[in-house]
Amino acid sequence: MCTLEKRGRVLILTLTGSGEHRLGPGLISSLRSALATARSDPSVAALVTAGEGRFFSNGLDLAWAKNSSEGLSTLVRLVKPLIADLISLPMPTVAAVTGHAAAAGMMLAVAHDYVYMRGDRGVLYMSELDIGLPFPDYFMDLMQAKITDPRTLRDVTLRAKKITGTEAKERGIVDKVCQSASETVAEAVKMAEELAGRNWDKGVYASIRLSVYPKLCKSLEIPQESDEAVRKHFASRL
Amino acid sequence: MCTLEKRGNIYLLTLTGSGEHRFNPSLLSSLRAALSSLLCSSHAPNSALITCAEGKFFSNGFDQSWVRSAPPSQHRIISDLLRGLISDYLSLPMPTVCAVTGHAAAAGCALVLAHDYVVMREDRGFFYMSELDVGLKFVKYFEVFFNEKIPDNQTRRDVLLRSARVTAREAMARGIVDRAAQGIEGTIEEALRLAEEVAATVSDGSKLAEKRKLMFSETWRHVSAAGGSKL
Repeated sequence: MCTLEKRGRVLILTLTGSGEHRLGPGLISSLRSALATARSDPSVAALVTAGEGRFFSNGLDLAWAKNSSEGLSTLVRLVKPLIADLISLPMPTVAAVTGHAAAAGMMLAVAHDYVYMRGDRGVLYMSELDIGLPFPDYFMDLMQAKITDPRTLRDVTLRAKKITGTEAKERGIVDKVCQSASETVAEAVKMAEELAGRNWDKGVYASIRLSVYPKLCKSLEIPQESDEAVRKHFASRL
Repeated sequence: MCTLEKRGNIYLLTLTGSGEHRFNPSLLSSLRAALSSLLCSSHAPNSALITCAEGKFFSNGFDQSWVRSAPPSQHRIISDLLRGLISDYLSLPMPTVCAVTGHAAAAGCALVLAHDYVVMREDRGFFYMSELDVGLKFVKYFEVFFNEKIPDNQTRRDVLLRSARVTAREAMARGIVDRAAQGIEGTIEEALRLAEEVAATVSDGSKLAEKRKLMFSETWRHVSAAGGSKL
């Protein structure tokens, strides 16, 4: 479902196989396990997430939902802590969007601090409007946090626009566009290495990310430190 | 520490001396005292305030040596004074222009953004939120303030979560700074020009202050004594 590879201080998480990497209970669990590994390894200072094949991730495993008595609401409920894991991960994160990223798959991508994407093929696509599904609240909170240009947000959510890497870069969703899947991964790893090289304190990084996205944190039920705790931390560092 | 002079209808608040203009209780109190004279007294319509600095630095943030020498129970004094200073700028009954004549870092960046308009020196100097690099977290009012002043995701992420050293040109492209100019004098001159332009449009400063507080309502809630937060 997914593999982990260490390159120096960067951990590369790859969604494996030529399929759509749809988020069902199995893949969600594997991803959370991988993120837990990243979190607990003191030698890991940055994360890159990439996909094999034509897809980064095509969203929730709707086939599983149809065949399960618990249905779609279960998957929506299971993805929330996965997104929370990324937003609370105490290190920089770079998504290498190597193929299509749709719906929950696009959420997985934009939940990273930096988004690198191939420009030669693949789209970002919030398909929900087209397939008649609502957005979970935390999806919208994530999009409002990461897509701050109003017309871009409108096109993504109310027009279900398919956005190429190049357009996504112009519109502020993607940070860098690359020529191929392998170049996207290579550049993402390079960026992750640069960020790891800044030697930031992990706890401080995590705390500042929460400060950058406070509304999203609340939505994902990630607790923020009180001012008192922040002051204590400050005093301890003198 | 600072001087307040009047040039026509423009007030010029200068952080004096060739040092880093780091925020300690003395400097922050001096700045608040200077602003209080503008908050309380009545003054001519169509006024404006410019804040600038002498030397290489606009402000390099909090005075760490003062903090190290103070007992822990006193540390929050400078944070609370900065909060009060931001509330003063939000309440000022006239347009405010920051002339970033030198490096602005950490809390110094907060002073820059507390203004309505920013003119920054382009031939040297950075706008640099160094907290991540030095290992400091944000208290709530500070976080709220930066979120309201820098709404663009990628810009806010680069400034706060990448500790980027932003030049004037880049800051302009990204919407943090309004104009860029050459040299300290050039920056102050451009700030004076901009201040005159905006002052001409504001005859009722108190109405401006009301609107400003409404525009940055979350920040106002966190920095104002009236908002319930303990100063």
